[in-house]
Amino acid sequence: MKMKSNTVILHTAALFIMPLQLMFSIFLLLRGHDEPGGGFIAGLVAASAFVLYAFSFGAESTRKLLRVAPRDLLAAGLLFGLASTIPSLLSGQPALTAHWWEVPLPGDGYLKLSTPLIFDIGVYLAVLGTIMIFVVGLMESDE
Amino acid sequence: MLLAVLSGFLLAAFAPLLTRMAGKSIGWLLAVLPASLTVYFASFIPQIQGGDALLIEYTWMPGLDISLNFLLDGLSLVFALLISGIGTFILIYAGSYLKGHPNLNRFYVIMLCFMASMLGLVLSDNLITLFVFWELTSITSYMLIGFNHEDMDARKCALQGLFVTVAGGLALMAGLILLAVMTGSYSLHEILNSSEALGSHGLYTAALICILAGTFTKSAQTPFHFWLPNAMAAPTPVSAYLHSATMVKAGVYLMARLNPAMSDGELWGQVLMLFGGATMLVGAYFAFSSTGIKKVLAYSTVMALGTLTLLIGVGTELAMTAFVCFLVAHSLYKGALFMIAGALDHETGTKDITRMGGLRHKMPMTALFGCLAALSLAGLPPLFGFIAKELLFEAVLEAPFWSTAATLAAVVSAMLVVGVAGLVAVKPFFGKPGNTPKDPHDAPLGMLAGPAVLSVIALLFGLLPFIPQNAVLLAAMQAVYGQPIDTYLSLWHGINLPLMLSGVSLLAGIGLLTLWPRLQPGLYAVNTAASRFGPEAGYFKVMEGITHIASWQTRVLQNGVLGMYLLIMVAITFGLTGYTLITRYGLHLSLQLGDSHFYEWGIALLLVVSAVFASSTHSRLGSVASMGVLGFAVALTFILFSAPDLGITQLLVETLTVILLVLVLFKLPEFVNLSSPFERYRDLTVAVFAGVVMVLVVLATLDIQYFESISSYYIENSAPLAYGRNIVNVILVDYRALDTLGEIFVLSLAALGVLSMLKLKAEDQHKP
Repeated sequence: MKMKSNTVILHTAALFIMPLQLMFSIFLLLRGHDEPGGGFIAGLVAASAFVLYAFSFGAESTRKLLRVAPRDLLAAGLLFGLASTIPSLLSGQPALTAHWWEVPLPGDGYLKLSTPLIFDIGVYLAVLGTIMIFVVGLMESDE
Repeated sequence: MLLAVLSGFLLAAFAPLLTRMAGKSIGWLLAVLPASLTVYFASFIPQIQGGDALLIEYTWMPGLDISLNFLLDGLSLVFALLISGIGTFILIYAGSYLKGHPNLNRFYVIMLCFMASMLGLVLSDNLITLFVFWELTSITSYMLIGFNHEDMDARKCALQGLFVTVAGGLALMAGLILLAVMTGSYSLHEILNSSEALGSHGLYTAALICILAGTFTKSAQTPFHFWLPNAMAAPTPVSAYLHSATMVKAGVYLMARLNPAMSDGELWGQVLMLFGGATMLVGAYFAFSSTGIKKVLAYSTVMALGTLTLLIGVGTELAMTAFVCFLVAHSLYKGALFMIAGALDHETGTKDITRMGGLRHKMPMTALFGCLAALSLAGLPPLFGFIAKELLFEAVLEAPFWSTAATLAAVVSAMLVVGVAGLVAVKPFFGKPGNTPKDPHDAPLGMLAGPAVLSVIALLFGLLPFIPQNAVLLAAMQAVYGQPIDTYLSLWHGINLPLMLSGVSLLAGIGLLTLWPRLQPGLYAVNTAASRFGPEAGYFKVMEGITHIASWQTRVLQNGVLGMYLLIMVAITFGLTGYTLITRYGLHLSLQLGDSHFYEWGIALLLVVSAVFASSTHSRLGSVASMGVLGFAVALTFILFSAPDLGITQLLVETLTVILLVLVLFKLPEFVNLSSPFERYRDLTVAVFAGVVMVLVVLATLDIQYFESISSYYIENSAPLAYGRNIVNVILVDYRALDTLGEIFVLSLAALGVLSMLKLKAEDQHKP
């Protein structure tokens, strides 16, 4: 059977909902350190956005939308996770010791950058990559 | 020093590129590295000449007590010089011997790695580091023996060598750890310098057995000697290097290295003498009764390894002198002879010595150096081999125990070795011209350089023995003996008992050699008949047994029925948990349901109903959907008890799980009930049991608290220390980031597993 829906409602809805979901996932990722959220949850939300897209437009167009192979997303996630250990190793501390940088922004605010954030991005990408491998892979094995 | 040891690995990385660029002269080019290493190691001679040991320290994993310290004393320097010195000529030789071989680049990569591992092995001060290098030599030698990997036989022999040496390696690891437990240190120089008597320690025997299991397998002692002749499937440069001077001597090195620490127990000397003596005789006998030139040399190496072990076992000052001289003499002549054997094989096209003869006319230079090396093997003056053999006789004559038996064994093996030397020198080069497949010429320069230099060194050392003695040999003897040694090497000791024994064994050996053409077929028949009961047959029996056990346990445990896997895992996990809970804690049911709200009852009801429905329905879609309901109800519980992160995660995971299940669902065949009622009731029992145990565990954890909960620490410190108010996230990405890192790697592995399975299936379908 073909895993592609032809309903107009789903198509239209997916086009509207998906960007919102992706933005929401970024929002969850960035706020995660202080409020409910974080890389894992955000990765799941992003994955469900792409899953919705895949259900309405098929696996092939999802691959095109992603631009990179899900496998590479996974690899990038692992690399981010490992990269977050570099600052601590360079400064001779035990691996994964957190480092924080505050980048001043125009106006009063400042941006909190940190190795835990890099790490969280790694988790985000790994979770997204894993689920996309499952979903895209399973859908393609149909076709 | 670190660079010197690891430079082989570095060069190995560039070897393929260099092989492509340098073309024919690659052997000469790569040989620059071992040659300069030889010079480098030789530059340490003045420092360690007096018997001092240099310790060069590099930290590696200080937390685990593992260092990259290098210990340089007489013994390790002798080995380092042999490894890099002979290595130089082997690389040159290989360039010529394997000229135009399509896999020459790979050969050099592995060979250089092997050389570096061997250097690391003999120079390491730390037992763990030593063991790592030890295993690296096993692995690289496996790849070298199986270099002609398209040949089934070569693969089999390589695997045999690997299994035997790695099995021994496992024992060795245990032995080294026991040694460290006994002495309280992983550092060789601390172990050697500690005054503690190990012989009376309770773990001494266990450590001794384990260490010797490692060294005996590596150094091909009887009954593990069978892998070494089989390893002759390797290209000749490999045999000349690994099976003469280096890898097989690793075991001997370790025994010599540990001798000062271990020799105060009586068992050490007895075991070494027993196995060494037996190996010596077995090796000499089989060398004499073989016809392939490489087999002859391989068995004579077994003989030499046995002799070295025997000498360590004798353990006197004289024995240590003999040990070091015999070690050096053997490396020189055996390396040269193997290279000569390769040259003969290369030029004549056969390995069978019965087909060779009169080659001295066509290959004069090869004949000259071959005979020189063979004279050293036979132990004739004025070569270094003669000094070594005289010392051997002297040492066994003065052995503190079993002197007569050891002397007898030494004489018999010396006799056979004279015959063997004749086989490799007289048989091919003298007598009537043989009938060889190829028309022979003298070997090219690259193949002659090694034998020439090594045999001339053997001659020089024999004529001027004080040069090597003062340079390193004395220091090496002291390192093996553990105390200062005062000795003087010389070619002429006057007319004494050892000299007479030499004479007797020489005459008997010549006699044997003339009888060889008549004896050999008979001996061969006897050997073939006896091999059914030999240790190699035992090896095959053991391997067969392992295969049987493996297929039996696969049939029973890994039978492919997923339901069975689940059943076993759940039953065992909860059986053990329940058992522990009941025996340690007992049954306490204390449920207070007074302050529960009606919506909590609602969720609980939803949970139960959806679980019952999921397991009893005949519709897969319905089952999946009700599992989803179950998951959402769990998420609701999380949210009710104020764990929003968990709740959100659970919701998302449940959603995606249902989607994934639905994707899979359509591929499954129609639902059919295959299990019998008995199986279903059994599964139900196990499931209910697991549930009950889980409930009891949860109730127990609520009831008992062995220590204060850690959550207050997180609550207090997460904002000031980790700049985050979401404790769950702070734990995930900061406090326990290493765990999370591990988890995303596990996740990735699972994803890759799924990916490969999907791909496998897709490829299956594309097949016609």
